[in-house]
Amino acid sequence: MYSANTKEDQTSMLKEIGVSSFEELIRQIPEKFLNPAFKFNDKALDEMQILKRFEELASKNTPPLNFVGAGAYERYVPAAVKYISQRGEFLTAYTPYQAEASQGLLQTIYEYQSLVCALFEMDVSNASLYDGATSLAEAVKAAVRITGKKEIICSNLLNPEYEKTIRTYVNGSCLITKLNSPNGVCETNTLNEKLESGNIACVIVQNPNFLGIIEDMPKISEITRSKGVLFIACADPVSLGLLKPPGAYEADFAVGEGQSLGLPLNFGGPYLGIFTCKKKYLRQMPGRIVGMTKDKEGKRGFVLTIQAREQHIRRNRASSNICSNEALCALMAGIYLTLLGPKGLRELALLNHNNALAALDKLTKNQKIKLRFARPFFNEFVVDLGTETSLLRKKILKEENIDIGLPLGFMGEEFRNCLLVCATETKNEEDFERLAGALEKNL
Amino acid sequence: MPNAEEVKYTKTHEWVHVEGEIAVIGVSEHAQSEMGDIVFVELPKLGQNLEKEKPCAVIESVKSAFDVYSPLSGEVTEVNENLNSDPALINSSPLENGWIFKVKISNPDELNELMNLEKYREFVKQNA
Repeated sequence: MYSANTKEDQTSMLKEIGVSSFEELIRQIPEKFLNPAFKFNDKALDEMQILKRFEELASKNTPPLNFVGAGAYERYVPAAVKYISQRGEFLTAYTPYQAEASQGLLQTIYEYQSLVCALFEMDVSNASLYDGATSLAEAVKAAVRITGKKEIICSNLLNPEYEKTIRTYVNGSCLITKLNSPNGVCETNTLNEKLESGNIACVIVQNPNFLGIIEDMPKISEITRSKGVLFIACADPVSLGLLKPPGAYEADFAVGEGQSLGLPLNFGGPYLGIFTCKKKYLRQMPGRIVGMTKDKEGKRGFVLTIQAREQHIRRNRASSNICSNEALCALMAGIYLTLLGPKGLRELALLNHNNALAALDKLTKNQKIKLRFARPFFNEFVVDLGTETSLLRKKILKEENIDIGLPLGFMGEEFRNCLLVCATETKNEEDFERLAGALEKNL
Repeated sequence: MPNAEEVKYTKTHEWVHVEGEIAVIGVSEHAQSEMGDIVFVELPKLGQNLEKEKPCAVIESVKSAFDVYSPLSGEVTEVNENLNSDPALINSSPLENGWIFKVKISNPDELNELMNLEKYREFVKQNA
């Protein structure tokens, strides 16, 4: 809907609050802080002038050659994903309120759920949540409801932002204990000890972990479940082209960030929260799922189901407040997975892994650059540069327009010289040469 | 087998049938018809100590999910496992096969606060 903001409207609003002009309204802002690009201008521009102005502004963006991943991955999005998802028949941000009137949209969500179940090898997927972090936090809350226990064990190599989200969700009501990873992967011996407490609701491990390293998920899952504790896996969906899916190691809940499946970086969002679980936990699943059924004439139809416990129906007794889903992002992920198919996804995962190996190979030709953990990784790895990395990153970004990776100093003193480098399918040999060259010059 | 005349009712539409020390609890005919087709029942846990008028079970229908409030305080001695595979028993037989759980009565005085069928019918009528 377009609401006109006419001169008359503006005058009447300004009059109502007792100021004479827009400039007077914002006079508290010192002149030097006003961005000239957005300075209020009486002179309206026509369409052609506006387009020109926006193009000028857009051309000021000079995207760097990017080696940062850490949870948000630069990926090639096939043109078909954009084209199909933008079609008027599909384009919508949320599940419509009169959902069953939109059979086509419900079918796309049903297809998304089916694809996610196949990829994760899990019994059920919901219609999607906001992002990977909120999916994980909802899984933790479900585990707490199911077990009635209040302690959570969490790998210290879980994406730190995901951990913050969990803390926000369970604020004050649960105790979170960290599982250490001195060698870049979870220490399973200490897990055994920690599980003895008997008050543990769930164990959370991300795979690949925040440092890109592949965890021994089957072993961690087995240890956890043998103590009657729920296991929550947080998996990168693209990595599942190569790695064992969460269903294969019997994760109770499996979640993940779906941005990797055909979504642009979008300045950090909207993303896609993948949420799956074993069938027996269906009633504890947040959000809703789309189910397939028959109408009274026996024809196939799709309906929203398993949403009776949500906020719009249960109010204060709801188990979560997810009254919608990321319909557009789920649609894009569904189209992306359909285009790739199982074979394409495997090839994509392999290409990512091989690219990361190639990047590492190029970098470690330089004696000063060392792989920090000698462990199998997927498409990200940690290198030690022998010098503090965050200043170096800024310098190279400014001088070479290359973003060399994520400096890990925020994780502690021992990571001060470390850099998390990511290489997806969007990078090639030439890019790795440039990265290695820039580091060579600056180390 | 209890009949509608014998059992006592709560304002939250549960019924109670006393069998010695034990009270059998379910939801009324009126409640099941209001809920619509029941698709799932979350039962209380065996051995759980219930407090009077606190939610202890959830009935989910195609329309919504409803809390079941315990009419009495006491320990859960039995739950109706048949509802796991056939939750619609509450629709078809709310007073018999659709019973939900049993408690060991800890405070018999609480029974005095419940309504008989006549009073319950009056209550439903007033609140319609």
